[in-house]
Amino acid sequence: MSPADLLGDYTLRTVLMGAAILGLVSGVLSVFAVLRRQSLMGDALSHAALPGICLGFIVAGERQLGWIMAGALFSGGIAALWILALTRTTRLKTDAAIGSALSVFFALGVVALTWIQAGGNVAQAGLETFLFGQAAAILRSDLPPMAAIAGLAVLAITVFWKEVKLVTFDPVFARTLGLPVLTIEVALTVMIALAVVVGLQMVGVVLMASMVIAPAVAARQWTRRLETMTILAAVFGVASGVIGAVISALGQGLATGPLIVLAASAIVLVSLAFAPGRGVVWEAAQRARDRRALRGRQVLTTLLHLAQAHRDRAYPAEEGMVDSFYGYRTRRTLERLDRRGLVATASHMPGEGRHWVLTPEGLAEAERVEADITGRRA
Amino acid sequence: MPEPRERTDAVTPTDPIRLHEPELALHAEDLTVAYHGEPVLWDIDVNVPNGVMAAIVGPNGAGKSTLIKAVLDLVPRTAGHVTMFGRPYADQRRRVAYVPQRSAVDWDFPTTALDVVTMGRYGQLGWFRRPGRETRRAAMAALEEVGLEALARRQISQLSGGQQQRVFLARALVQQAELYVLDEPMAGVDATTERVIVGLLKRLRDEGRTVIVVHHDLQTVREYFDWLVLLNVRVIAQGPVAEVYTPRNLRRAYGGQISLLRGADFEAAPGPDAPYGEGGAAAAPGEPER
Repeated sequence: MSPADLLGDYTLRTVLMGAAILGLVSGVLSVFAVLRRQSLMGDALSHAALPGICLGFIVAGERQLGWIMAGALFSGGIAALWILALTRTTRLKTDAAIGSALSVFFALGVVALTWIQAGGNVAQAGLETFLFGQAAAILRSDLPPMAAIAGLAVLAITVFWKEVKLVTFDPVFARTLGLPVLTIEVALTVMIALAVVVGLQMVGVVLMASMVIAPAVAARQWTRRLETMTILAAVFGVASGVIGAVISALGQGLATGPLIVLAASAIVLVSLAFAPGRGVVWEAAQRARDRRALRGRQVLTTLLHLAQAHRDRAYPAEEGMVDSFYGYRTRRTLERLDRRGLVATASHMPGEGRHWVLTPEGLAEAERVEADITGRRA
Repeated sequence: MPEPRERTDAVTPTDPIRLHEPELALHAEDLTVAYHGEPVLWDIDVNVPNGVMAAIVGPNGAGKSTLIKAVLDLVPRTAGHVTMFGRPYADQRRRVAYVPQRSAVDWDFPTTALDVVTMGRYGQLGWFRRPGRETRRAAMAALEEVGLEALARRQISQLSGGQQQRVFLARALVQQAELYVLDEPMAGVDATTERVIVGLLKRLRDEGRTVIVVHHDLQTVREYFDWLVLLNVRVIAQGPVAEVYTPRNLRRAYGGQISLLRGADFEAAPGPDAPYGEGGAAAAPGEPER
């Protein structure tokens, strides 16, 4: 398919809509999954959806999305209760409980899937696409239930924004205000399960977890407000869905789910690296700037001390001497100071190395730096 | 989902039948709390009168934090009942403000100091209403009281520990409560913060409010507080600081950890039961093995 045909293509329009809905709802809810340290919960919920998908198929007798979603939600809910019961009644920690739920339910799902496929029912064709998702399998009639679920979740978050925010930040304090914290927490977990269910058909149970983690992780890098973070996560979610779906359509046969996840991961990588304030590269650049500024101040005060020691404001200091004092080449530092007009090269004697003197501005700056440090020490 | 009874509790003091010990800001009776069968608090009675600044003091593991969490319905009680100003806490939420330990939340949460303080008003706002200009003004005023108005828009992760503690205190201030319950507000904070906190708490007390503080530093008890609850699974002693802060009581509360105390504290506080040489008599009858 050529790019020109893309927009006119009926199937692709459906796929793009589906991917956008999926990205929106998982993006918004990823914020609360990540901030409440429930990222792994999303993983368990999505893997645990598989037996429910099979159950939904058995009940409906055909590949009907409504039943399949209901089944996925049902088995996801059982898994969530399983995790809760394990952590409450045994000494298992949450991570172990989530791990056990994930593998037990996923194993059950794979067994059920192979059993259905062995049964030779023609209607089951393509049920295995729920493992990794298949965008092309999406029907126009699948969109309304997906949109309804997504709309409901986003509406609930918007209406109860203040309560959801407080419960996410400080649930204990929220309880002292009389908020029904447990209800809100359960509702949030249910909504994360809903987001997972929305994405099953496109991204699949194996990879859907990353869609309720990645958008929030990326969004957190760019902002210091929960409101902005949520909107950004929604945007990142939609972008990942659309990019993945388009590449999949162009590439013919490339799996959509993994492409969507890769798109989300690319956004995460860029955010982790370059986001101002939190990005790794940004921090490294900041450290380098700080180091250069510190070296500049150090060299400046050294020149000041030399001038003071020689009672000569225009004392020309030999560059090699400054180098050996610091144990590293100071030329670049001196040249930067030169560009700022704080030092100047001086011709001392022919045949000798380069010499530097403080300019009047440099002298004033050096005295200011010196006074600043001394003042702080006092 | 909405629970209007809890969030709009208009307290009507015209209901004498249900009032129980109304002159006490906090009254806990026969309170027992156990984790996994181990008693953390064992059959204690605690009374804090209205208008005092009270410290809850005791060694590590004495159940200090558990006591305030139990009275605030944050941990389940095995036995006992609690009233505040004569009524169960569930009816009094609006009159009580709680300041949790600073470590209770993730300070990397994406929000500002002002926003956290605003959260103190969420209870009054009720469902569906967003914080408006009046709420923000109250939050700003509270930040000024703790000396952080300049940092209102600062990301909370960029605040120092002491500043974070003061943000928590400001959040409680905007609740305009009558009883303030604080869990170790002075733990690991700088001198400025400690001064600000103590000054504010004393002012609240002078305005007729009641302040209950879980406190870890015996040295400052007499300087800061006028009421003392000495706790070690049981209540060792409670009452005005001058009466309760005695060598004998402290030894009974702290047992082997008594070396934490300086001799000066004993000499400066000669209680009625000094001298304090009679070791064996210190343990109260029926005190559980520690």
